[in-house]
Amino acid sequence: MSEECFDAEELEELLRPVVERHNGEPLQLVQILREAQEVVGYLPAALLTATARALKLPRAQVEGVAGFYSFFHLTPPGRYRVLFSDNITDRMLGSGELLDRLCNKLWVERRKLSEDGLVSVDTTSCTGMCDQGPALLVNGQPLTRLSGERIDRISELIRAQLPLGDWPAEYFRVEDNIRRRDTLLSAEWPAGEALRAAIARGSEAMLAEMKLSNLRGRGGAGFTTAIKWESARRAACHTEADAQAGARYVICNADEGEPGTFKDRVLLSSYPDLVFDGLSVAGFTIGARKGLIYLRGEYAYLLPALRENLERRRRSGLLGRAVGGEVGLDFEIDIHLGAGAYVCGEETALLESLEGKRGIPRIRPPFPVTAGYRGQPTVVNNVETLCKAALIAIRGGAWFAGLGTKQSTGSKLLSISGDVEMPGIYEYPFGVSVEQVLQDCGAGNAQAVQVSGPSGVCLAMHEFSRSIAFEDVPTAGAFMVFGSHRDMFEVARNFAHFFKHESCGFCTPCRVGTSLVANCMDKIGKGLGTQYEINQIFKIHRLLHAASHCGLGQAACNPLFDTLQKFRPAYERRLCSLDFEPAFDLDQALAAARQMTGRDDPAAHFGFAARLPGVAS
Amino acid sequence: MTQPSILLDGLPVPFVDGQTIMDAAMAADIFIPHLCHHPEFKPQGSCKLCTVKANGRYVSACTLPARDGMEVENNSPDLNDKRRTLLQMLFVEGNHFCPSCEKSGNCMLQALAYELEMLSPHFDQFYPNRAVDASHPEVLLDFNRCILCELCVRASRDVDRKSVFSLSGRGIDKHLIVNAESGRLADTDFSWADKAAHVCPVGVILKKRSGFAVPIGKRRYDVEPIGMQVERLAARSADEES
Ligand SMILES: Cc1cc2nc3c(=O)[nH]c(=O)nc-3n(C[C@H](O)[C@H](O)[C@H](O)COP(=O)(O)O)c2cc1C
Ligand code: SF4
Ligand code: SF4
Ligand code: FES
Ligand code: FES
Repeated sequence: MSEECFDAEELEELLRPVVERHNGEPLQLVQILREAQEVVGYLPAALLTATARALKLPRAQVEGVAGFYSFFHLTPPGRYRVLFSDNITDRMLGSGELLDRLCNKLWVERRKLSEDGLVSVDTTSCTGMCDQGPALLVNGQPLTRLSGERIDRISELIRAQLPLGDWPAEYFRVEDNIRRRDTLLSAEWPAGEALRAAIARGSEAMLAEMKLSNLRGRGGAGFTTAIKWESARRAACHTEADAQAGARYVICNADEGEPGTFKDRVLLSSYPDLVFDGLSVAGFTIGARKGLIYLRGEYAYLLPALRENLERRRRSGLLGRAVGGEVGLDFEIDIHLGAGAYVCGEETALLESLEGKRGIPRIRPPFPVTAGYRGQPTVVNNVETLCKAALIAIRGGAWFAGLGTKQSTGSKLLSISGDVEMPGIYEYPFGVSVEQVLQDCGAGNAQAVQVSGPSGVCLAMHEFSRSIAFEDVPTAGAFMVFGSHRDMFEVARNFAHFFKHESCGFCTPCRVGTSLVANCMDKIGKGLGTQYEINQIFKIHRLLHAASHCGLGQAACNPLFDTLQKFRPAYERRLCSLDFEPAFDLDQALAAARQMTGRDDPAAHFGFAARLPGVAS
Repeated sequence: MTQPSILLDGLPVPFVDGQTIMDAAMAADIFIPHLCHHPEFKPQGSCKLCTVKANGRYVSACTLPARDGMEVENNSPDLNDKRRTLLQMLFVEGNHFCPSCEKSGNCMLQALAYELEMLSPHFDQFYPNRAVDASHPEVLLDFNRCILCELCVRASRDVDRKSVFSLSGRGIDKHLIVNAESGRLADTDFSWADKAAHVCPVGVILKKRSGFAVPIGKRRYDVEPIGMQVERLAARSADEES
């Protein structure tokens, strides 16, 4: 085994600089664990104890945080840690076979560390590379456009223990794939332009422009941005001194965890100044001195470039003290990395995670605009929303309101993947029809489109005339296309497992319900399902919708509900009867005994299998 | 000024500012099923047994502040059906063998199952593999029955100031842990005198060598259904067993 032994003293040595870098601040716990893990390789029990001691936190709290995030490892994960992106689009491109192929080549079992501690292979939720999949992460670095040949080569590189830096750079190339540009993606303003424009307008007038623009959030809920900003601007800080010190916060939600969404990745890699400008404009407007970016762990590879950009902005007076030459206008931006938890995209779970805790959605009210980060007034906005705010600062609210539809002003970035000729980023004015989009991206034989990811809605062919807009089909950006040859049951099953894996586990309905429906889907998938399971799914859907604590649980059964409504035959083909069948398979339960005794005769089988001579299980 | 009130199943129920729907109901001796709520502790809102409909929207009664004129539906077939399903979920998620459990008759989960006429667990059992912690000289932890209500977590953190308990894992793998590198209760500063030792609504935190002092059949919820015990539930203080 590769259970490396560190003694406690050695671990404290390794931990000290990490803790010092964060000034021993307990709110930085997630960042500290991440960095400590980078040094040590994983988070051994003694390291958690040392961290707790250094931060003066209860050890159990530190362990609880370490145990919450997928990218934290309490046992050694392998010097090469391979995680295949497990979105349905990756699967459609053959990721399952590629995973098996890599396991075979490396002589490892999925999810198990190899004997020599060299490598582990597993899956992870969508990594946001759906337009260039199948994709995987190796030690946190994304690899795109996998093929059988590449997988073979990768197995050789791992066996030769070549450092990632010496792997072909081509493997790590991440494309933007921008296919259609509208007002946002054709913007070419220099860094700081939007911020200077906002300063020239003044914060009051900037807010008025935001109101005029009628910009609505691009992260999913579609809340009017100006109302959010105004509430946070007006809300009282804890104390008057806090208010004087500008203790309000603006947060850029770059968690982009919804499977099938990757537009924020492109904005962060190719339009970072627009993002930073938008965040700065928001900070200026509400009177915040600090902006935070919550970057999903899967996008850690963007960090060096983003940090460099921030450094550049600091040098050119766009960050730090007296921003844009305005005395008294101070603004700083920090980037926090997530650690593998979709729920942390939910804005209050995100705040908990930013404060170094388990990513559990908070009880609302109070809302973040009155009590957010550190309990102070806080605005949380999506990456794209902030980019739009930057455009509004420059070109004005009336201009923006003239684009799109009346209730959905401006444009929307769509992340298009699946069965299309040209997957990638498409920017459209709101109001575009699904049909038009399908035509543009080359979706010849689409039978269904999953709009806004698993939490969104599954549209069937007869709905393709509907339009992308808050008043018709709202979306956070994902647009996954399924050709007529695809099995919509498998699509829904993939989503059911996604939600099961990502439930934070806080509330009963979501924690248990997501497991129950995933089990139901597996049972149906094995051909053991009946009408009983279908009824079960409907019942759990109603409960989760009504009683879940956050949007994750509320939406978790949407894809099943939609496909059951619109693609019922995909389920019914698999039902074994209309009556109840127990999930417990007696014959399967005897498999271990058969193996031990070396028997496989009919008498060693139960039920249907007993009647077939020589069925090997 | 007249006191503000909510309309709870058609009945006017007064409240004072800052009270939740649950607080108001309890003060008026009206039962809203609950598991993770305890009047002594900060509301948690995780079990969702207290789900009610306020002005047409499903909400948690234990966390939502009451507002004047709010119309709240509580004791309805729809809500009780949802609560029954939640109970079934809690039963299959853990390992609950009531007949051999020391808490039987004093257990809120069991009492609610009777109250809401849950006749069977309905779903397939998960049969999770959860080890028992018998390391502590005074106390046994049988995690098989944990419903993750976090009452012990809150009591130990907020009252005892020891933070003996915490949660780890995520989703269906979420589980209770104790504050020791060994993972054993004996290696924490937990004691039977702690508030946290007396708040578990089910049979996880048990005193050793004192089982079945009151025979089954004569216990708290054997003698009177939980729905009739609102006054006692409302008067619970942190050091009295739930
Ligand atoms: C489970 C869940 C995941 C979410 N993930 C994201 C995300 O990755 N990015 C995002 O911007 N918003 C996400 N949201 C929405 C946020 O809670 C929030 O509404 C949004 O960040 C607000 O920004 P906006 O007003 O600019 O859209 C998520 C919501 C839920 C319930
Ligand atoms: S804890 Fe309650 S429900 Fe669980 S076994 Fe014991 S008595 Fe039954
Ligand atoms: S041990 Fe008891 S009190 Fe603690 S979380 Fe579990 S059920 Fe709740
Ligand atoms: S566990 Fe997150 S919504 Fe219930
Ligand atoms: S009692 Fe309200 S959620 Fe548990």
